[in-house]
Amino acid sequence: MTDAPPPPPTGPVRWDPAFAAKVLADMVRIRRMEERCAQLYGQQKIRGFLHLYIGEEAVAAGALAALDPADNLVATYREHGHALVRGQSMRSIMAEMYGRQEGCARGRGGSMHLFDRATRLFGGNAIVGGGLPIAVGLALADRMQQRRALSACFFGDGAVAEGAFHESMNLAALWKLPVLFCCENNQYAMGTAIARHQAQTDLCVKASAYGMPAVRVDGMDVVAVHEATQGAAEMVRDGGGPMFVEFRTYRFRVHSMFDPELYRAKDEVEAWRTRGPIHGFTERLKAQGLLTEAQFLAIDAAAQAEVDDAVAFAESGTWEPVESLGRDLLGEPGAA
Amino acid sequence: MPRMTYREALRQGLREALAADPRTFLMGEDVGAYGGTYAVSKGLLEEFGAERVRDTPLSELGFVGAGVGAALGGMRPIVEVMTVNFSLLALDAIVNTAALYRHMSGGQFGVPLVIRMATGAGRQVAAQHSHSFEGWYAHVPGLRIVAPATVEDARGMLAPALADPDPVLLFEHAQLYSLEEDVPEPCVVDLSRAKVRRPGSQVTLVTYGGSLPKTLAAAQRLAETGIDAEVIDLRVLRPLDEATVLASVRKTRRVVVVDEGWRSGSLAAEVIARIAEQGFYDLDAPPARVCSEEVPIPYARHLEEAALPQPERIVAAARALLGATD
Repeated sequence: MTDAPPPPPTGPVRWDPAFAAKVLADMVRIRRMEERCAQLYGQQKIRGFLHLYIGEEAVAAGALAALDPADNLVATYREHGHALVRGQSMRSIMAEMYGRQEGCARGRGGSMHLFDRATRLFGGNAIVGGGLPIAVGLALADRMQQRRALSACFFGDGAVAEGAFHESMNLAALWKLPVLFCCENNQYAMGTAIARHQAQTDLCVKASAYGMPAVRVDGMDVVAVHEATQGAAEMVRDGGGPMFVEFRTYRFRVHSMFDPELYRAKDEVEAWRTRGPIHGFTERLKAQGLLTEAQFLAIDAAAQAEVDDAVAFAESGTWEPVESLGRDLLGEPGAA
Repeated sequence: MPRMTYREALRQGLREALAADPRTFLMGEDVGAYGGTYAVSKGLLEEFGAERVRDTPLSELGFVGAGVGAALGGMRPIVEVMTVNFSLLALDAIVNTAALYRHMSGGQFGVPLVIRMATGAGRQVAAQHSHSFEGWYAHVPGLRIVAPATVEDARGMLAPALADPDPVLLFEHAQLYSLEEDVPEPCVVDLSRAKVRRPGSQVTLVTYGGSLPKTLAAAQRLAETGIDAEVIDLRVLRPLDEATVLASVRKTRRVVVVDEGWRSGSLAAEVIARIAEQGFYDLDAPPARVCSEEVPIPYARHLEEAALPQPERIVAAARALLGATD
């Protein structure tokens, strides 16, 4: 059981229409890509675990639009959306999920382990909480090298129960490091509702225990997500120390691909679906005259075309030769 | 040739590294104001400041993980973990992250990180401060595991470890910190090879780390009884320098492996497996092992001594291989 979804936002969107269209397009791109991923999983083109972000798109699309190219990004195993919005090509993501050597990690990581040096994505991480200490260290490296950048670390509400969360929050606050802790609270740690895994369900209170400013945002509202992240990011970059942002969101699909969803009621899922982030944002923009139906259809068509292209790319990809299995286990001496 | 302790040698290595490269910094529990649990980093805080000689909270997972992140971010961190037992709290950062990032990212991200820690028993500090898990770590692809057993290696191993583009775990045996020896200048150490510490012809004694002095003492006693033992210090536990071990066994035709780890699934088991695979027909006797007894290392002195490899056990194992009787 979770709380009922909050009422839909109604306030005006004070964004440049082109920026609004870009953020909307990013959400649609994630949705269309992942819908296809689910189909491809059924066709056994994608194997292993596949954790879909569907329902949570406003968080990645809104929050990552507040990052600079120099910023670092550390993500979880539900990170397809983050990789895509951050600028990694859909081709590279899809090829990785196919296990092709044209994928970002040469097919070694798959869905849960997207890496991209160019966009400073330091990995999807399948260890819950595993990315948080890494983000602290990346921020420490930036500070010691006098770079003005932040390290954005995404993690779920489940990670809040891990020791790594508390150790990382303490270290970042103690050393006033530029870490942006982005908690995607989808209200379930796999199948365990937050009230069943947290003694204190107000996650912002945990940040205050470390003297860290915290803000809670409606994660289904991309406008609120972006504006809150923008404000937090500026503060962090200005040397104000780390910040904690909690995005209240909801996963519409199953946890991974083998999940009978015994732990939550259909009514609850339906109630949250009515707060779908793409639909809500689209309607709001239309009501304000910032978007026409034709423009929306064009965004959707472009996303579908991008997905078709990415799938074709992955289909025509090649397997890494078995002879190079041991490649990149260790680096060349002197070439770290 | 200057004479110094193992502790001073490690400190000189650290000082040299911190002076040579602004990307290098030392981080760990009590490395700064306290001067290091084993006084290795004493004085370095005053010399290099609190940014580069950084005291951490008691958060092994947090600060070892932060070391991984800092390495990914372009630094060359040296992380000190107080003792190997505590490093188990940081296993996720070491094994699930540092060791596999380069391979799993398709070569995009290496982790040039050095993690130093004390290992081993012999000081009556009981089981949670006395174990030897370096053999466990040597199981993991993507890590380089080194164990300085001499003052020279303590002085010279850090520089090549820092030059390595991948994570290096450096195990300092807690009983060696006060060992005093001469150190050549300059001190250049090859971080890929085992080393023959005593040449001999009748039996090979393979060891590493804190067991080297015990093994050399055993070789001396064997010599007094007319048995000429060769002593090999592995130095690098992963990747193993098989060639040096196999060349010695080919010559002596007998081998005893001395390892402070427990026998089951030990590094000693791995060394013997490789000898069996590649040098079976060179052997005149079954390979033997002297390991720790399979119990948590106890506090009471007589029990602790009984649990650990000792020169007399090494001597007895070697003599048995040669069919010698007392």
